[in-house]
Amino acid sequence: MREKTIVSDIDRNIYNIKDEEKDNYKIEEGLTPEIVEHLSREKHDPEWMKDFRLKSLDIYNKTEMPDWGPSIEGLNVDEIVTYVRPNTDMKADWNEVPDDIKNTFDRLGIPQAEKDSLAGVGAQYDSEVVYHNVRKEVEEQGVIYTDMESALNGEYADMVKEHFMKLVPPTDHKFAALHGAVWSGGSFVYVPKGVHLEIPLQSYFRLNAPGAGQFEHTLIIVEDDAYLHFIEGCSAPKYNVANLHAGCVELYVGKNATLRYSTIENWSKNMYNLNTKRAKVEEGGKIEWVSGSFGSHVSYLYPMSVLNGKGARAEFTGVTFAGEGQNLDTGTKVVHNAPDTSSYINTRSISKDGGISTFRSAVVVNKNAKNSKVAVSCESLMVDNISRSDTIPAMDIRTQYADVGHEAKIGKINDDEIFYIMSRGLSEEEAKAMIVSGFADNVGKELPVEYAVEMNNLIRLEMKGSIG
Amino acid sequence: MSDSLLEIKNLTVEVGGKEILHDIDLNLNAGETHVLMGPNGAGKTTLGLTIMGNPRYNVTNGSIALEGKDITDEAVNERAKDGVFLSFQAPVEVPGITLSEFLRNALEQKTGKRIKFWEFKKEVEENMALLDMDEKYLQRDLNCGFSGGEKKKAEVLQLLMLKPKIAILDETDSGLDVDAVKTVSKGIEAYRKKVGGALLVITHSTKILSALTVDKTHVLVKGSLVAEGDASLIDEINNNGFAKYEN
Repeated sequence: MREKTIVSDIDRNIYNIKDEEKDNYKIEEGLTPEIVEHLSREKHDPEWMKDFRLKSLDIYNKTEMPDWGPSIEGLNVDEIVTYVRPNTDMKADWNEVPDDIKNTFDRLGIPQAEKDSLAGVGAQYDSEVVYHNVRKEVEEQGVIYTDMESALNGEYADMVKEHFMKLVPPTDHKFAALHGAVWSGGSFVYVPKGVHLEIPLQSYFRLNAPGAGQFEHTLIIVEDDAYLHFIEGCSAPKYNVANLHAGCVELYVGKNATLRYSTIENWSKNMYNLNTKRAKVEEGGKIEWVSGSFGSHVSYLYPMSVLNGKGARAEFTGVTFAGEGQNLDTGTKVVHNAPDTSSYINTRSISKDGGISTFRSAVVVNKNAKNSKVAVSCESLMVDNISRSDTIPAMDIRTQYADVGHEAKIGKINDDEIFYIMSRGLSEEEAKAMIVSGFADNVGKELPVEYAVEMNNLIRLEMKGSIG
Repeated sequence: MSDSLLEIKNLTVEVGGKEILHDIDLNLNAGETHVLMGPNGAGKTTLGLTIMGNPRYNVTNGSIALEGKDITDEAVNERAKDGVFLSFQAPVEVPGITLSEFLRNALEQKTGKRIKFWEFKKEVEENMALLDMDEKYLQRDLNCGFSGGEKKKAEVLQLLMLKPKIAILDETDSGLDVDAVKTVSKGIEAYRKKVGGALLVITHSTKILSALTVDKTHVLVKGSLVAEGDASLIDEINNNGFAKYEN
């Protein structure tokens, strides 16, 4: 079922990133062990973490760039790492924030303080207060929700050490190695056995933390019989001075536990989003991924589920929207490592104005995964004649006792649907926006209402240039 | 004739290079109910879609005017805003939008104002009760998985909510059981009473006309209007068919 993909070369990064502090750092270029050590000291890392970072740097230097997906030639890692040096404010200058970002903020009705935060201008934002309040509430149930740096050094230090980058090791790929060397910020969540957390935890609360978003590390451990819904991101575009997002998310789901991990990402259109997310699920456990990918110039994103215990289950519901100048290579991976496991994948992708959207999936059903069920459904919608959509599903099935199905649909917007909607007074643009919103409904339905509304606003903005 | 609500003159329509309608003349005044009958393939649906403005149908000659304004080249959504409504023979399924959202969107387009939710709710529930339609359908994706009958009822619901000046009903009765036909008939009559609009009813059967007073009947055969008369023409066709017009 392999399909060849021709990926056309994309426009270079149109944003000129002015580095006002280049003067101080002209001496050294690129990521050196000294820089990593300095970073580690500034962060008060325990000794093992310092060593870990250095080892990761070594792996980074020895690993090749990926050559099988969209071009990342426009990414200048050496320039970006100047921003991970300590004492460098990861803050942008509001004047440098691209106009289209500012316009989007205006159209989405974002208040100024929030704009500063989202643009990495770094003002203190109200969400910190909300974050602290939520933390207190959940602490009563024994749930830990804190930032990674604190977790490294506090009571949970051992737990963190035991799990940190074990699911996504630095050897996984070049940007996992980079992450291992310069990671900063992120959340640590621990849900004890049997605890059902009713309220979703949201990473959005911690948006203005230093280095927020770029190289953040999220580690979530949900113990047996517990339940957690974690929401990452938001629909407002996030602008970063340095145009690389190389985050890492590691999720551990215990026996009969359920973790729902929802994401709306809308990185600014100059960003390279090379993110790695992975979940390991024990017997009877379930991981539910809900993923809305908008924005960024280039994306490589394949949340992966490893089903390690009997009866474990993975569900992946995703929508990807590739507009002008975007080349989004997204999908999911599932490994069935135990009997009676099941995975259900439902993705939709939309491409418009020459955008390129590629769905790439890999499902592996190992010999010991007897009686497994896999259902993959990917649908693509091309809004016009210049956009592109590709599907590259891969299935590696090593037992005859598995029920595996895949269906793919690629199409354009149905003229009859447009005519019908227009016959009720809506303009062609509105009709298309309605159809695309409806198409993204697989994710919309799974998100909390506020996020679904935001996502729909985002779609309308992309389709019509306005929300109303 | 100048106070005609809908005036169609010498209308000739082509689809995919083939001429389907030839030289059609038709006039509707406000408050009138006209019936359009004809054998299958005569072009009845084509006429309905052309009046609504489907871009696939090319008007190669003639004109369509609404309240004196030429709408022959006007876009679909503009015609809708001007007051034209088509109840589709085969309503399209639109996944991801609920019937309720769709109605509210359409109403907002029409009035240009935000819809007051409670007023909307009251009115839509009243109309659904009239149409014997389960309220659950409001939260279902538009027409998705609706039975043929429910789809037609949803069309009439839209008619009642949108209150257009002229409503073209394309075989709204087909696929409906006896009770449903009666209910839909009631709905159409309610529209007529409330809005005083004009109706162009395309139909094979007369049962849907049971609650309506027919002002004029038109017969379309092979793309041409071959006869015009009052309500009695319907009975004549029901008794003798279209044979005499098919030469």
